[in-house]
Parts: sequence; C-alpha cells; structure tokens
Amino acid sequence: MTPRSITSRTLAAALGGYALSALCAMALAVILPMPRNEAVITGILVAFLLCACAAIWAFSVRSAWRAWGGIALVSLVFGALYLIGSPS
Amino acid sequence: MNGSFRQSMAWLHTWVGLLLGWLLVAIFITGTSAYFREEITLWMEPETHDSTLTPNTLDMAVAVLNDKASDARSWDISLPSARHTVAELRWQPLQQRQQQGGGRHRGESVSMDADSGQVVEPRDTAGGNFLYRFHYQLHGVPREVGRWVVCLATMFMLIAIISGVITHKKIFKDFFTFRPGKGQRSWLDAHNATAVLALPYHFMITYSGLLLFMTMLMPWGIDAAYPENRRDFFSEVFSRGGEEAQRPGNPAEMVDIKPLIAQAEAHFGKPVTRIGVTNPNRDNAVISLRVDRDPAITARQRGGDPVQVYNGVNGELQQTLLPSEDPVAPSWRIYNVFTSLHMARFADPLTRWLFFLFGIAGSAMAITGMLLWVNKRTQQLKRDQVPGSSLKLVNGLNMAAISGLMIAIAAYFIGNRLLPVTLENRGDQEIQVFFLVWLAALIHALLRPNRSGWQEQVALGTVLWLAVPVINVLTTDSHLFTAVAWQHPALASVDLVCLAFAGAGGYTFWRLIRKPAPAKRAPRKKPAKRTTPSTTAPAGENA
Repeated sequence: MTPRSITSRTLAAALGGYALSALCAMALAVILPMPRNEAVITGILVAFLLCACAAIWAFSVRSAWRAWGGIALVSLVFGALYLIGSPS
Repeated sequence: MNGSFRQSMAWLHTWVGLLLGWLLVAIFITGTSAYFREEITLWMEPETHDSTLTPNTLDMAVAVLNDKASDARSWDISLPSARHTVAELRWQPLQQRQQQGGGRHRGESVSMDADSGQVVEPRDTAGGNFLYRFHYQLHGVPREVGRWVVCLATMFMLIAIISGVITHKKIFKDFFTFRPGKGQRSWLDAHNATAVLALPYHFMITYSGLLLFMTMLMPWGIDAAYPENRRDFFSEVFSRGGEEAQRPGNPAEMVDIKPLIAQAEAHFGKPVTRIGVTNPNRDNAVISLRVDRDPAITARQRGGDPVQVYNGVNGELQQTLLPSEDPVAPSWRIYNVFTSLHMARFADPLTRWLFFLFGIAGSAMAITGMLLWVNKRTQQLKRDQVPGSSLKLVNGLNMAAISGLMIAIAAYFIGNRLLPVTLENRGDQEIQVFFLVWLAALIHALLRPNRSGWQEQVALGTVLWLAVPVINVLTTDSHLFTAVAWQHPALASVDLVCLAFAGAGGYTFWRLIRKPAPAKRAPRKKPAKRTTPSTTAPAGENA
C-alpha cells in the first residue's frame, strides 16, 4: 500500500467511519419501533460496532476508492433512513 | 490491498496496536488497579485504619452530627463496610454556601472512627482514585481532551481485537500452544495466549469502555430522538429521584434511631448501610434507612436501593420503597450488563480478584504485543546492523510504559508514606512524585533503549515494590505484622500484592541477566533485551 492509499483509507476509516456510525445512531434512534430511549441505546450499541467494522472494511478492500465508496454508500442509506424516520 | 484479507488484517492489527500501544498499556495497568481503588485509597489513609463497626457507632455518629450540625437541613451517615473502615458523616448546612460556578451544593463531611467516635482527618491524598481517573481521562490535560484520547485508544483496541481474531489462523488449536525459549515465536505465543484465553473479557472491557462515554462520543442519536431537550432522555432513563425537601420546622426532640434500624433490618433481612435524616432535630424530621439492593447487573445503575422512611419524632414507619419492578428493555439490559461488568459492580471479593487477574491478562496482552514488535524487528537485523532510531524509540517507549509505569506506581505508594502529613497540597504532591518518577524513567529509557536499560529498570522496580511493605512497617501501625492489617483484609492484601509484584520483578530480572546477548557467534546487537520471554507472568512488572 502506498502512503497515499494508507492516508486515504485512514481518513475513510476515521472520518467516514465516525460519520457512518453517527448517522446509524441517528437513524436507528428515530426509526426503530420501540420507546424512544430504547431506540437511542440500540442505535448507540450498533454504532460503535459499525465504526470498528468501517475500519476493517477500509483496510481490507482492494483500493482506497472502494473504501470510501462502501462507507459513503452505507452512510447514505442511514441518512435516508433518518430523514424518513425523523418526526419533523 | 496487499495479499489476502488475513494479511491486511495482520497489517492493520499491528499498526492499530502499535500507534497507541503505550497508552493502552498504561490504561490497562491503571484500570486494573481501579478494581481495588477503594482498598488502595483505604491503604493510603493510615489514619483511618484502626476503626471497626460497633453497636455504638451510630450513636456516636449522631452525637458528632449534633455537635457539628444540629441545625443542618439534612444528615447522611454511611456506616463502615467491608471496603471502608470509618463512618462517613455528611450534612447540608442550613445556609448553603454558594458553590463556585454554581452547581449542586455539596455540603460538608467528616470521617469518624467507628469505635472511638473521634473525628479523623486522614492525610490529604487522592488514593486509588488518582490511578482510576487516570485510566479514563489521564491527568494534567483538560478532562474532555483526556477522555477523547482514551476513547480513541479504546476504538483502536476494538479494531485490534477484531482484526486480531480475523488474522489468527488456527485460533482454537493455538489455544494450547506455548513454545518457550524460542524468541519471537514465544512472544507471539504469549501474546496469543493472553489475548485469546481472556478474549471475552477483552472485548467486554473495550466495548463497554466506549459505552461508558456514549454521551460524549455519540450524542447524535440522543439529539435525533429528543430534539426539544436532551435532558429528557436522561431523566427517562437515569432517574435521580429525591423530591424537594421541606423547609425545617420547629425544634423538636428526635426519636432514637437504633430501634428503627432493628426494625428495618428485620424487614429487609439485610444490614442497614446508610442513614439519612432530613430536617434533624425538628418536628418534621424524616429518617431514611437504606439497605443495599440485590445485585443484578442487568438493572439500572442509579437509585433502586430499598429504603424505609420513618417519622423522625415518633418513629412511625411512613413508607417502604423498593426498587422498581419494571422490566428493563433488552437493549438497556445489554448496556447495563456491559457497563456493570466493566466496573465490576456488585462484585464480591472473589469476583473482584478474578477481574483483577483478567485485567492483568489484558495488560499482559498489550505488553507482549509491544515487546513482540520490537523483538521481531530486532531479530530481522542483519549482522553488525545497529538498530535504527525508530526501533530504539519504540523499545525505549515500551520500557517507559511498562517498567517505567510500574516504577512510578510504586513511587506513588512510597510517597504516600514518606511525604509529611502536614505538607501543603499533599495530595497533588503525591501525584507529582508519580509523574516526576515516570518522567525520569522515560528519559532513562530513551537514553538506554537496550538490554542493560531494561535490566536497570526491572531491578529498580523490584526494589521499589519490595520497599513499599517495608516502609509501611517503619511508618504505620497497620503493616503486615499487626493485627489491624489482617482485620481489614484490604490492608494486608495491598502489601501482599506489592510483594508479589516485587517477586515477579525479581524473576524477570533473573531471566534478563541469565541470557546474555550473544557476542561472538553472531555479532548482532540485540538492544531489545532478552530473547526469551519470562512466560506469561503477571503484566506490568513484566519488563
């Protein structure tokens, strides 16, 4: 892996991974069919695991592009779920 | 990515482990000590040692409170327990002092010797709480900065666990593999053994570490579901309880509390541990007697202790409060289990020791990982090749984080015994001793990142840990040769653990000097100390 690839993947894992997990927490908090506080904690439980998995993903796929791509895609899905589920 | 999935995970595991490895070692070591932070704090306050619960303790506590705070808004008495020898008396004064920066009024408190009724003023010390707080927010940096750094290391650790499991080819077969005396192979086996044998613990401690800081790390979900006010989430889940206290009434004589305690203990079948009195010595006095609730790690953390509330003037039972029987939702159960396990809540002494051993295993895992990295690169050096600056740096930092930290902790305990009791800011000075010694160890390690340096630090560590119980004999009346120390097992245990660490250090030193670095045959300088690991001896003191 070139230094550029490593840097890119690291950013994908760190920034992208954090964004992904935040969106996951937000989406699950508003969309899960359970009392609010339960949905929130469920979202948090999943979010931390996803963040770690994002890092695993970023450093196992064939290119840095794919690393970003996968993380961005899943983030968009969670973002959409959040927008669908959020009350206002 | 280069090569297979396993190979990229091996690469990731190495880097994510190496970059903050020293911090993780420090977190593990200080965090492991935190299982016994109350015992360590007790040990560090010798003035409180000679105190045992008697039938008169409560009367004496009430007498002290009447002397110091007869017109207080409320009293709070904590009786001595297995982990705390003195009674803690707290009260809210009638005229509340304004706290700086406005916060909840903390009130006043004193400690009372439980068999003599004397107020004791233990020496100013942070006790075990310094090491405990260090492990999650460091020291000397703004609290939140420290916490974010620790949480970053925690996430690295989680990634290291996952990548470590993926990359480990024969994880079940290797369970039983340990090949001593084979250099790098042996270090790898030690790293695998400590990692895999306690893998559930390592995963729990890491994941729960993140959960404990969820509000700081991942507040977005809370805000998404509670857009009007974040506090509603907390008040729904973490009820603080406590209604507004009434204003004090007219002066009146209070009923004797002892019979009420007998009544409550008969009702609950457990000893009363905490006594609260609202509006003492008034006609609207209320006495609350609390017992410890049944341990249930799936239960919510705050509140929920069974309480009986009595009228303070005529002793009538007003109500009996029991923990809420509401079922806890599954996802909250998960959160509660993980966080309770992290802190070993409700742990009886045996379980607490077990967690302590797991923590040592975790420390050993991190330590063997760091040593493995240096060992591998050292063995890769060609003949006559001198280790490069990065290898020396890692070796030096390893030394500082491992043997250096252990030296500093021993120095912290020694400082507690040797610093004058009347010294100003004594608690801070003890912490200064810790950091100055650690800094000295770091400087030494960076100047001598080689086998001799390791030998010197391990030797010093052994001497210091041995010195702790010895100095204890010379400076207190609660050392290993007294009855007091054995009456309160915590006291003897601290000294014994110090001796155990000294023993491990001595063994390590013996292994270090037993195998000199080969000189003639392969003139390969081996700055990474020895080539044989000293098995999986308890961490920390393991250089």
